[in-house]
Amino acid sequence: MSRSLRGRTAIVGAADTEVGVIKHMGATQLCIEAILRALADAGIGKDEVDGLVTCNSMAEPYMYHAETIAEYLQIFPSYCVSVGAGGGTTFTALHQAASAIESGLCHTVVIAMADSLRSGMTREKALAMQSSTGHPQFERPYGPPVPAYYALIAQAHMHQYGTTSEHLAAVAVSTRQHAMRNPAAQMRTPITVEDVLASRLIADPLHLLDCSLVSDGGAAIVLTSRERARDFKQRPVYLLGVGEGHGHEHISAARSLTTSAAVDAGRRAYAMAGVGPKDIDFAQLYDCFTPVVLIELEDLGFCAKGEAGPFVAAGHTAPGGSLPINTHGGLLSHTHPGNPGSMFALTETVMQLRGQAGERQVAKADLALVHAQGGIMSSHCTIVLGGEDAA
Amino acid sequence: MSELPMKMMPAVSPETAEYWAACKRRELVVQRCSSCGVHQFYPRVLCTGCSARTLEWVRASGRGAVKSYTVVRRAVSEAYAAEVPYVVALIALEEGPTMMSNVVGCDPESVRIGMPVQVVFEDWSETVTVPKFAPAA
Repeated sequence: MSRSLRGRTAIVGAADTEVGVIKHMGATQLCIEAILRALADAGIGKDEVDGLVTCNSMAEPYMYHAETIAEYLQIFPSYCVSVGAGGGTTFTALHQAASAIESGLCHTVVIAMADSLRSGMTREKALAMQSSTGHPQFERPYGPPVPAYYALIAQAHMHQYGTTSEHLAAVAVSTRQHAMRNPAAQMRTPITVEDVLASRLIADPLHLLDCSLVSDGGAAIVLTSRERARDFKQRPVYLLGVGEGHGHEHISAARSLTTSAAVDAGRRAYAMAGVGPKDIDFAQLYDCFTPVVLIELEDLGFCAKGEAGPFVAAGHTAPGGSLPINTHGGLLSHTHPGNPGSMFALTETVMQLRGQAGERQVAKADLALVHAQGGIMSSHCTIVLGGEDAA
Repeated sequence: MSELPMKMMPAVSPETAEYWAACKRRELVVQRCSSCGVHQFYPRVLCTGCSARTLEWVRASGRGAVKSYTVVRRAVSEAYAAEVPYVVALIALEEGPTMMSNVVGCDPESVRIGMPVQVVFEDWSETVTVPKFAPAA
């Protein structure tokens, strides 16, 4: 790498829309609402935005989404792009936006994503759209719904390492404990390991409560250069490390079912930031299904391979634990409107690093890791964020 | 077979036509690189091992083992609902490559990782026959 992005850009605005079941707004409106809220948080007007990154909506798709959003707002950016990498889209977008700022393409970028999988499309259509991730000739004819792809991973991890259904359930329980402290979270009723195991089987070994939500909502952030960051009203949150890893697209072509390209993404992000897993105060890990969190904990170096189940079951990832994970409640309990899902992990991290997370504020919040994957453990992006002291 | 067209019919492309034609003949074929000897699946124009374009179709034994599996309890769409519970599995073929398929011809609860399986064929239409796997005899 010729130039490091370490500390070169900072998030100076972040906001979520309402999330859950939002019948009074379509996906485009939610995207605009997220942008307006993020600009208000940053204390700037739309005319100060010269970069825009979005991802397409499933409920209200446009052929060229970012261009449509720019037109809607009547902004005329010098950098404007829609990205798509499944659940990893959010952080891939951040990586590209930071690179665009560093290379001088633009100065202040809005990254905005929203969708209405719950209210904007029928349940059948939402299921069909999501399962279209499978290979059209060599996977989809066999009828796997999305949970089945992840069940294949879970089953392999259980076989190889002795991970149990109780370990998977512990992820759902820990995540729910965080959500209970977040007034915006969709699911705030306490659950136990027994509740998860008693919920109906969707695709063995995954029960209903091992699966994330299907929701409406959006979020946006404002990213700018280090030099400009101090001119905004909020305390800047610096991008200290970012790395991607791309292993496969289809699970039947994966090099391993139990070790993912999160290893590569994490290694690259840690190297840029100059830190390791032991330095991280809290993390947000992509949790579309519970086994994903276990593999990410291992592949990002928080646990040895095979030890993530016992690690979560011991309470380390819960509120007050040694490594709080998904402090907003994640995709499992906060909200999951599809590709925009991990935007909420990003905005949550910004609030935590600013010390604005209210009742759920993590005691020591100086350095955070955020990770997302898209496809079926296919494309990974890891980000390390920190405040002024870490930068 | 009136409900079958609602299923996800594979859209055959030029580079996969031979694979699907072989399935119609009830043969499972994979590509073999005549330069380095590696077998691969799905069909491609290059050998993923050595990048050569020297690929030939060879008949696979049809034998393999379950690499991972799941029992689907909620179907992906109405077309698959009648088959619930059904097994979606990754099959490690004897020749090396992995493919996704269904394990059929047994109690879904009896499927295990490592279980030996053998290819069977299911006719879906005039032109499409889909390879599935059953426990090896």
